[in-house]
Amino acid sequence: MTGPFEIQYAGSADQGAPVPVTPKQVPHRGGAANLSAAELQARFGAAVRRVEVVWGETTVIVAPEAVLDIIRWLHDDPSQRYDYLSDVTGVEFRDLELPIEVVWHLRSLPYRRFLRVKVQLTKNRPLEVPSVWSIYKSADWLERECYDMFGIRFVGHPDLRRILMWEQYREGFPLRKDFPLRGRFSRAEQLRQALAANPEARYSMEELSIADAFEDLPSDMRQRLRGGERTGE
Amino acid sequence: MGLTNRPERRVVEYDPRSQEGWVATRLDFLVNWGRANSLWPMPFGTACCAIEFMATAASRFDLARFGMERMSFSPRQADVLICAGRVPFKLAPVIRRIWQQMAQPKWCISMGACASSGGMFDNYAVVQGIDTIIPVDVYVPGCPPRPEGLMYGIMMLQEKVKRERMNDVALRNEMEPDPSSQLYIPPPTIDELSEPFGNSVHQTRSGL
Repeated sequence: MTGPFEIQYAGSADQGAPVPVTPKQVPHRGGAANLSAAELQARFGAAVRRVEVVWGETTVIVAPEAVLDIIRWLHDDPSQRYDYLSDVTGVEFRDLELPIEVVWHLRSLPYRRFLRVKVQLTKNRPLEVPSVWSIYKSADWLERECYDMFGIRFVGHPDLRRILMWEQYREGFPLRKDFPLRGRFSRAEQLRQALAANPEARYSMEELSIADAFEDLPSDMRQRLRGGERTGE
Repeated sequence: MGLTNRPERRVVEYDPRSQEGWVATRLDFLVNWGRANSLWPMPFGTACCAIEFMATAASRFDLARFGMERMSFSPRQADVLICAGRVPFKLAPVIRRIWQQMAQPKWCISMGACASSGGMFDNYAVVQGIDTIIPVDVYVPGCPPRPEGLMYGIMMLQEKVKRERMNDVALRNEMEPDPSSQLYIPPPTIDELSEPFGNSVHQTRSGL
């Protein structure tokens, strides 16, 4: 790579393909699957548990222990080139017997493909999946949000902390079905805990050393951070 | 010896033909008149109410008629905090800090249903009315309020400012929150203010 980044043109690896048009008459279930699904099944065998096509979009349900290899292959292989991670999220169903799902939305710009990769986690075991941060750097905040809302641990994530709720938040994981809508604590207790946060101490030493911005800070803030002032815990 | 009488100083001589005028008034009437017509707002816009607030400040509704066209984005030069939109718990220490940074005299307008009561966001993340964090002078209802509604609230605040008396020292007392809990009203009162109402009494996330 010569420049700071390389321009990817949509469909550049798939020159003979017809010009994309808005699909019409898309069936609810069934229809043509993404070509990558069959290639995944041929390569990874039983680790690819199921392939579904819903509204023309392909979902591949894979084994949790194989998901990192599968996503790495989808990213690296010249016949796939899934170079864009749209989203990482979780799903919990109202039926509590159903497993929690973790979903990765992958897009291949050179081949104009979209693939949804899912992992199902049973609830009687710790909710852990490998982090894809080593492949897509954009997974950093997406996985933090997923951890914040569902409590799913992404093993290998460099800095797995809460991102939407504040760091001292102790009530649990808000998007889980057993979480009461109004939270677990009384309103006064919630307010007391929220007001205890220092609105100015926003960055930890670790974050600032990552950002290499520590020396650019005003001297009083450097002094406070050296003294160990943190956002909380 | 031409001794003359000293002029009577207690009597003001007034020549009706001169163009000089006199106005006699109470000092606090004059001060309040000045304050009420030059309220500098500190906009704290977090949601859709802020769009209506911007429309109020723009040319069609023209907040400048009230002497408020100068948005003070620093709390230290602001007179009135206009909280437009819902305030999540994560912003609670921020709005508290902004209120404490504003110099007296200061007022607060809570604009819209969410800022006044939490609105439809009766959930784990949203403060159930900013009056649990900072004192509020005027509540503007609506979701979001029309610019006319906000202007009516501003005019009500102007009325309130004009009725203040200087010898009423309680008006300008800075409220000190309880040092241990940082709350300035007792916790049972906060719980009572934040009681669910309407449908949300029976609402759970999963229906379990």
